[in-house]
Amino acid sequence: MESTKVLDAKGLACPMPIVKTKKSIQELNSGEVLEVHATDKGAKSDIAAWVKSGGHELLQDTEEDGVLKFWIKKA
Amino acid sequence: MSVKTITTNEIANKIVNNKETTILDVRNTDEFDDWKIEGGNVHVINEPYFNLLDGIEDVEDKLGKDQEIIVICAKGGSSQMVAEMFDEAGFTDVYSLEGGMKAWSEHLEPTKIADLNGDGSLYQFVRLGKGCLSYFIESDGEAAIVDTNRMIDIYEKFAEEKGVQIKHLIDTHLHADHISGGRSLAEKVDGTYNLPPKDATEVTFDYTPLEEGNDIVVGNTTVKVQPIYSPGHTIGSTSLIIDDQYLLTGDILFVESIGRPDLAGKAEDWVGDLRNTLYNCYKELSNDLIVLPAHFSFSSELGEGGQVSARLGDLYEKNSGLQVDDEEEFRSMVTDNLPPQPNAYEEIRKTNMGKVTPDNEEQREMEIGPNRCAVHG
Repeated sequence: MESTKVLDAKGLACPMPIVKTKKSIQELNSGEVLEVHATDKGAKSDIAAWVKSGGHELLQDTEEDGVLKFWIKKA
Repeated sequence: MSVKTITTNEIANKIVNNKETTILDVRNTDEFDDWKIEGGNVHVINEPYFNLLDGIEDVEDKLGKDQEIIVICAKGGSSQMVAEMFDEAGFTDVYSLEGGMKAWSEHLEPTKIADLNGDGSLYQFVRLGKGCLSYFIESDGEAAIVDTNRMIDIYEKFAEEKGVQIKHLIDTHLHADHISGGRSLAEKVDGTYNLPPKDATEVTFDYTPLEEGNDIVVGNTTVKVQPIYSPGHTIGSTSLIIDDQYLLTGDILFVESIGRPDLAGKAEDWVGDLRNTLYNCYKELSNDLIVLPAHFSFSSELGEGGQVSARLGDLYEKNSGLQVDDEEEFRSMVTDNLPPQPNAYEEIRKTNMGKVTPDNEEQREMEIGPNRCAVHG
């Protein structure tokens, strides 16, 4: 999937994946897509919940070899 | 800057002593709704940490600046961040729970239930976070443990402090909500691992059959553990009578509820067994037996000092699961509209059978959440 920017949050523990995701999203324009890579399992439900509360859209999420990937479209 | 932290021990102490406790739980709302810290005087506010990144104004007004506030998250990282924000905002008595809900899930609170024959004692280990209850029976320098949790070092340390040797590890059934520590502790102390044979048809290891008629003796003939076949939650479920006074019901009968028959996928087959155990088999036992179950679901089931117990005769009057005269109604109660299953229950069963061996971190993740072994009538 196409993305405007990739954020590598692998190896970071909660709350850092969300803190960094929030920062990265702020640097994007509306409609652009941020791709996030994380290894903290808690990121899965937290990112989904955060995306929802911020009005953004989670286009897709995958899990492969312990790496969680998210594609978030900025509102 | 660092904020003050609080341990699971300290929180457990507050809960069992019914102390006023205010918690700010900063996990996401789905996780919070699924499972949280509960207790008679526990007040909880949920506000996900990611809603507080720009400031704590939304929750600030709900809390007093000098009030004791315990911030809690899944693992302890986010709660520390939020606690720091509160600290900076002028709150003076803010703590972050070390290790978060993951550590809370593993906390065991030992409490003495009674003295037994001779110099024996019976202890209940209350796993406050997950609602699991295990039992430590000691007599004459020996100990048996029933429904041992995964955190075996806690029991080992307890045995060491009491100066007793662990000889028998007993599981009342093959568990689906938590990973048993029975087998690993038996290996470690060279004791026996006792499991009902009907629950052990698929296990990959050797075990000692737990069967009615084969009593287990703890110490020199002083304390007797008598197995009673009582199927229903699983087909092998076996209750234990200790010293003719205490009835360890496993996951068949709880204080405010009864066991669910569906976790091995056979609700329809086992509902008759469950009915028979609860409405016939247990009825033949003395009403004065003290029921000691393997779980609790609500903080209202915690008695003095955090103990969970009830007289069998009283449960026949009060427990809603024991008041259903009509068999069809009972069948529908325990097979329709069941609550969700415990987290990762199929993987947990396979782990307890020895079919899979997840690493320690995976085991901790699998056990997140409440036990969910009960049906509330």
